[in-house]
Amino acid sequence: METDQYVIKQISIFSENRPGRLAAIAQAMEEEKVNIFAFSIAEADQFGVVRALVNHTEKAHKKLTSMGFIVSFTDVIAVRMRDEPGGLYAIAKVLGEAQINIDYAYAYSGRDAAVLILRVNNVKDAITTLLEHGVTLIENSFFR
Amino acid sequence: MVSWDPRIEEMPKEDLQRLQYRLLKTLVYRLYSFSEFYHERMKAQGVHPDDITQLSDVRNLPFMFKSDLREHYPDWLFTAPQEELVRYHVSSGTTGKPTVVGYTQRDIDNWTTSLARGLTSCGLGRGDVIQVSYGYGLFTGGLGLHYGAERIGATVIPASVGNTERQIELMQDLRATAIACTPSYLLHMGEVAEKMGVSIKKDTSLRSAILGAEPWSEEMRTRIQEWLGVRAYDIYGTSELYGPLFCECSEQTGIHMWGDLALAEIIDPSTGEPLEPGERGELTVTMLQKEALPMVRFRIGDITQIDDAVCLCGRTHPRIKRIQGRVDDMLIIRGINVFPSQVEHALMGIQEVGSHFQIVVDRKSELDTMLIRVEVSPEAFSDRINDLMKIRNTVAQRLKGSLNVAVDVELVEPGSLPRFEGKAKRVIDRRKI
Repeated sequence: METDQYVIKQISIFSENRPGRLAAIAQAMEEEKVNIFAFSIAEADQFGVVRALVNHTEKAHKKLTSMGFIVSFTDVIAVRMRDEPGGLYAIAKVLGEAQINIDYAYAYSGRDAAVLILRVNNVKDAITTLLEHGVTLIENSFFR
Repeated sequence: MVSWDPRIEEMPKEDLQRLQYRLLKTLVYRLYSFSEFYHERMKAQGVHPDDITQLSDVRNLPFMFKSDLREHYPDWLFTAPQEELVRYHVSSGTTGKPTVVGYTQRDIDNWTTSLARGLTSCGLGRGDVIQVSYGYGLFTGGLGLHYGAERIGATVIPASVGNTERQIELMQDLRATAIACTPSYLLHMGEVAEKMGVSIKKDTSLRSAILGAEPWSEEMRTRIQEWLGVRAYDIYGTSELYGPLFCECSEQTGIHMWGDLALAEIIDPSTGEPLEPGERGELTVTMLQKEALPMVRFRIGDITQIDDAVCLCGRTHPRIKRIQGRVDDMLIIRGINVFPSQVEHALMGIQEVGSHFQIVVDRKSELDTMLIRVEVSPEAFSDRINDLMKIRNTVAQRLKGSLNVAVDVELVEPGSLPRFEGKAKRVIDRRKI
């Protein structure tokens, strides 16, 4: 099964955990006219990782790198989720039964449905499994 | 093994210690009688030459510091009249007033002999072409190595420092087999050579490097040896002890300090008490045969250990380990002596973090805390917090292993720690004592 179109490039940014770092990242994105669809912050005590789905990933990467940030690309998948009780369960259950681990996840409420962003230990298997169970995935072209 | 002077270099330890005692006793009588400075110091300390009855009594003699030389600028500590002197050298004075050192002909001979033994012990001799790329002039490095290299019958290229491209041409054209310079200058030469399209490893005859005059590490040795295809030897000395003076042998397991010239002690820098053999502390040297400018229990400020076991090469003289830091940089954390250089060495072996670091020392509820801030290297960055925590724990474990004290580690963004030109200020001590 062709799965490439469902693999979405997320940018991950290493950031010290102190005031103003997110503002610096967000300001850079504004200057480059990069739109952020979704983002999350994972924090340890003194540092954090900002993860974001943006349009113009290369432009964002270049700008942030030039500012001295460490930026990497991570493959994630975006799942359309019913915005009602049981929506998350339906997806998590499928992955759990297929022994696919979710490293981390975050979600946003889209225009017509909620969207769940997943980083899993096996992207290809996750895509196949979810599609087989009738779950709708968002193609990467949507985030450009 | 080829020795310059096997009779001295392989002398049984007991005989060597007897010789040291005899030289020490003679020295103390001479200084007590002819040097006002030492006479006063010894009187103040309550010690008379007659009290020195065995070698270990050296510990009763007063210390001497670099500041003593500065305060007696230029030559008030000399014990030979000017007409007996054949040379002066002058230190650069980067840390204060310059200091002047003087040499009688016998001093120059002893200095040269010491280097002849050292250079021979790392396999150099007649037939070798030695490029001396230490500065010539008031600095002791260039002329010191120059005379030592000539003494063993090698051919000297007195290249001095600078004009690196020309140095590389000379190295190729005159088929230099050895170079004497600072480790950082050799690394610089390697880089310049590559830009010129020259590989020192493949396109030159260089096979030995005598490196010193600045602190360096085992990691640097490995890098230099692999990259440049040479065996790298550590050489040690300061202008107060003549200049570059003691060198590693081909075993590369420490610097042989010739016992007939120098009596080395390791002391606790905070109490001045002698430490047990093998313990790390401040190197203190008594020069046993110096004529123009004697040195008794001179506290150089360098931190090292003494290994008194007979070397695999057969030489019996004590060896000092690579210099591990400066007394001025020492931190005492929960009673344990810690040197920023140890942190540097530990970090150099960890690929996931950069080589820049900052140490923040604080005291929380009567307990010292030490935080080490390091930059994550971009190649090692993973967006999973677990992976980053793993890097942090690796660094903390490694540091604890080499410092013997638990530390906190903070990962910071690359480029965010201050960079230094020249002497780095990497320690922030917030303790209020």
